[in-house]
Amino acid sequence: MTTHSPALPSFEETVAQYDPVLGFEVHVELNTASKIFSSAPNAFGDEPNTNLTEVDLGMPGALPTMNYGAIEAAIKLGLALNCSIAETCRFARKHYFYPDVPKNFQISQYDEPIAFDGWVDVELDDGELFRVEIERAHLEEDAGKLTHVGTSGRIHAASYALVDYNRAGVPLIEIVSKPIEGAGDRAPELARAYVRTIRDIVRALDISDAHMERGNLRCDANVSLQPKGATEFGTRTETKNVNSMRTVAQAVEYEMRRQAAVLTAGDQVNQETRHWQEDTRTTSPGRSKSDADDYRYFREPDLVPIEVDQAWLDRLRAELPELPDQRRRRLKAEWGTSDATFRDLVHAGALDVIEATVDAGATPEAARKWWMGELARLAHARGTSLEGLGVTPEDVVEVESLVAEDLINDKIARQLLGYVADGEGAPREIVAARALAVVSDDEVLGQAVDAAIAEHPDAVDKITNGKLQAIGALIGPVMRATGGQADTGRVRELIMHKLGVAE
Amino acid sequence: MNHHEMIRLTALQMAEELRKKTFSSVELTRAHFERIYEIDGTAEAGIHAYLHLNEDEAYAVAAEVDAIRAAGGAEAEQLHPYAGVPIAIKDNIVTIGQPTTAASKMLEGWMSPYDATVIRTIRAAKLPILGKNNMDEFAMGSTTEYSAFGVTRNPWDLNRAPGGSGGGSAAAVAAFMAPWALGSDTGGSIREPAAFTGTVGTKPTYGSVSRYGLIAMASSFDQIGPHARTTADAAALHQLIAGHDPKDATSLRTSWDGLLDAAQNQDLRGMRIGVLDELQGPGFTDEIDRQFETVLDMLRDAGAIVSIVECPNIKYALPAYYLVVPSEASSNLARFDGLRYGNRVVPHEGATAAEVMAASREAGFGDEVKRRIILGTYALSAGYVDAYYSSAQRVRTLVQQDLNKAFEKVDVMIGPTTPTVAVPMGEQVSDPVSMYLDDVVTTPANLAGIPAISIPGGTADHGMPVGMHIQGPAKADEVVYRVAAGLERLIEEATGVPFYDRAPELTAAVTMEGERL
Repeated sequence: MTTHSPALPSFEETVAQYDPVLGFEVHVELNTASKIFSSAPNAFGDEPNTNLTEVDLGMPGALPTMNYGAIEAAIKLGLALNCSIAETCRFARKHYFYPDVPKNFQISQYDEPIAFDGWVDVELDDGELFRVEIERAHLEEDAGKLTHVGTSGRIHAASYALVDYNRAGVPLIEIVSKPIEGAGDRAPELARAYVRTIRDIVRALDISDAHMERGNLRCDANVSLQPKGATEFGTRTETKNVNSMRTVAQAVEYEMRRQAAVLTAGDQVNQETRHWQEDTRTTSPGRSKSDADDYRYFREPDLVPIEVDQAWLDRLRAELPELPDQRRRRLKAEWGTSDATFRDLVHAGALDVIEATVDAGATPEAARKWWMGELARLAHARGTSLEGLGVTPEDVVEVESLVAEDLINDKIARQLLGYVADGEGAPREIVAARALAVVSDDEVLGQAVDAAIAEHPDAVDKITNGKLQAIGALIGPVMRATGGQADTGRVRELIMHKLGVAE
Repeated sequence: MNHHEMIRLTALQMAEELRKKTFSSVELTRAHFERIYEIDGTAEAGIHAYLHLNEDEAYAVAAEVDAIRAAGGAEAEQLHPYAGVPIAIKDNIVTIGQPTTAASKMLEGWMSPYDATVIRTIRAAKLPILGKNNMDEFAMGSTTEYSAFGVTRNPWDLNRAPGGSGGGSAAAVAAFMAPWALGSDTGGSIREPAAFTGTVGTKPTYGSVSRYGLIAMASSFDQIGPHARTTADAAALHQLIAGHDPKDATSLRTSWDGLLDAAQNQDLRGMRIGVLDELQGPGFTDEIDRQFETVLDMLRDAGAIVSIVECPNIKYALPAYYLVVPSEASSNLARFDGLRYGNRVVPHEGATAAEVMAASREAGFGDEVKRRIILGTYALSAGYVDAYYSSAQRVRTLVQQDLNKAFEKVDVMIGPTTPTVAVPMGEQVSDPVSMYLDDVVTTPANLAGIPAISIPGGTADHGMPVGMHIQGPAKADEVVYRVAAGLERLIEEATGVPFYDRAPELTAAVTMEGERL
């Protein structure tokens, strides 16, 4: 057994000596209305042990029945991952005794996954595409949730455990990648980008809420190292249930450095599951794979085989929405955006809002200008996301048209967006309520100009004597009198007209 | 009509008399409870067919039926034709409001929070449920000696076993403690006790009756079916409970509306009846063989065409059965771990979940259940699964193919249900393998999912009943009932009385000492 040593090699030293081989198992919780084998609601955050039927509790005599919505979700995901879809497939029982598994077996797909042999292109930070081969995507049921109650909240020191079976029977799709070679020093980045790619796809398909912090999307990361130039894979470890894209990258990087230290010291890497420790940003050993359970798989006799005929497959294929990579290609072309600028948009998470703003009637330039400019600044200052700011694409379109109508200028527009974000109402309402509109009414401006002329005879003399630059001395008071909202160009025209001078 | 006469009617006759208001459902229900109190007794002395009586609810349902009938009008007309006829339920079918234990300490006192689909059907038809019948623990056994709550005895001879695992249900029906009962048949658990007690029991086509709420032994074999005293009663109850159930994925969409009609068509002329070559000869007692020959002569005389058919792989059916069934059972019984319901044993302070599970299972399961869990766990374990479980499944396919081929030549197949008549109590508990061999005739039907029935085919050794086993192709339950009803009539004509009337006249005075020959 290896323990954490403070003297791990740096990441640079690690990748100089070793090549990583990665593998990912991503669990996606589906957002079906009911559970995979029962009619109980599939909902997050409800009172514990309320979303249950006798099926979810594994009561004597209760039988599972298939939720075909979950199957359709799996087929759609399989198609989106360029997989082959099985014409017929079955479920199996995977046996292990654990209190969160009500039947002491999990109904899963074993040797007959519904989707297999696919691939997905993962876009790295610099826009480079990295193809990850998919081995399979299969359906299974989630287990309940155990909360270990004790001093540390961890299983070993717990004095008792609470079980919430609300999650038991929630449909899951497990996506298993093939071994990924060649990522080199970009392995952590690839891990993050891969999980993000899967998340974006399942969101586009609308088959999962894909909140990693709620466990809707969970990733187990397999890592092994081999000396540079070696052809045989090293011994791998599996880091379980990493629950954010950032930590997936950190876990891969840490595990690479840890294994490098073990190998460089001439030791063997243990094949084992490991757990990510958020507080220390390290992994710690879990169960050793050498005492792995015998799951005693056999075909689930309570369910009939699933037959996927061509007509069903064709319908689901036709129903597929535009997928994230297709969409990015289309938007980049439609907006005429450069690669670099577009990547900035994507990284800023601004794609959705900008597209919605364009759809609501703004030009791509205007939409990008406001969201990447003032609104990004506001969101940053307020510690929220663009979506969390409370400004809608329609608001932005309205602000843009107020500027186009010369009712407000850019400076006022920026203030106005702040007021919208404060929840003061729609832009036009705020302009009216706060009287923000630019004043170009000749009567109002004329009175202010008359007052300025009366109050500043020196300036009037200079202007009438040809010193036109003195006109500023009159514009200033007019602006002050109108709260800064006067249309300066018109004010200038009025002063010159009243004093009978020409440019 | 007095109570004694009332309980000796067939279920269909009871239904008719209730409709004619000859007697009320409350009266009929009371007659049955009186009979139960009179003769059922205890495991130590008596038949002990019931583990639990459901008097309050049964009388309430009966009174409701009576009130609806008395009031007349639309509601009375909408009553199910069998409304008010009582029924008994094997204790592995879950029922709200009554304990369901599957005769195991593991579930002692457990009250199901939901009803099995068949129970919902029974309640909707307003059949008063008399109570829950004894059985072998989790339906594992061929004698009803493996109940955790004491044995059931054969009403024909209290020193003999009633068969299993549905011995309680069969004994209740044989001894007029219920006109009919619901049982479950995984490898003969309805038919074998029917043969031993001189009653009728059907294993329907797999998927004919919903399994939802049947505590599973082996999911791909289990089938709920009727225990009755006549073929027509069995067909009527089968028809009542059959039909598609969205809660059971293996439930068929076939229509079963013709079962009772088929059981009333007793014409055997031209019916092609096969006798399995492989199941003749050794193993069956001489008297059973003789009785079978008598039956075959009767069938020929009635115009049936009897021929020998071959199923070369059927000799492997029993070993295949005893590999796949324990495998599925070891999986299905995994849920009984003492954590969520049923028996919990905490071995010491601070026990881990695994220790609680182990202690609960050690204390809660009986020997036969443990034996099969261990067998099944072994047969499924990595390294052995191909040699045992998978090859047994291949045999299963071969047996299915053999039977399909045989049914191209014949409409049904017939043979004795069991190699011997009911065995003396205690004889097989010490020799489980000999008990397993009792199932040699009945298990192929479960392997293949086909319908099969056992009806009384006369008496043999010691004057005990001998069962005749008729099986047909999948979904041909109607044909099976038709042949069974025809044979039943021939046997009744030969003796002049319905077979069930030849059962011993049990009274309170009857005890185990009463030798019956």
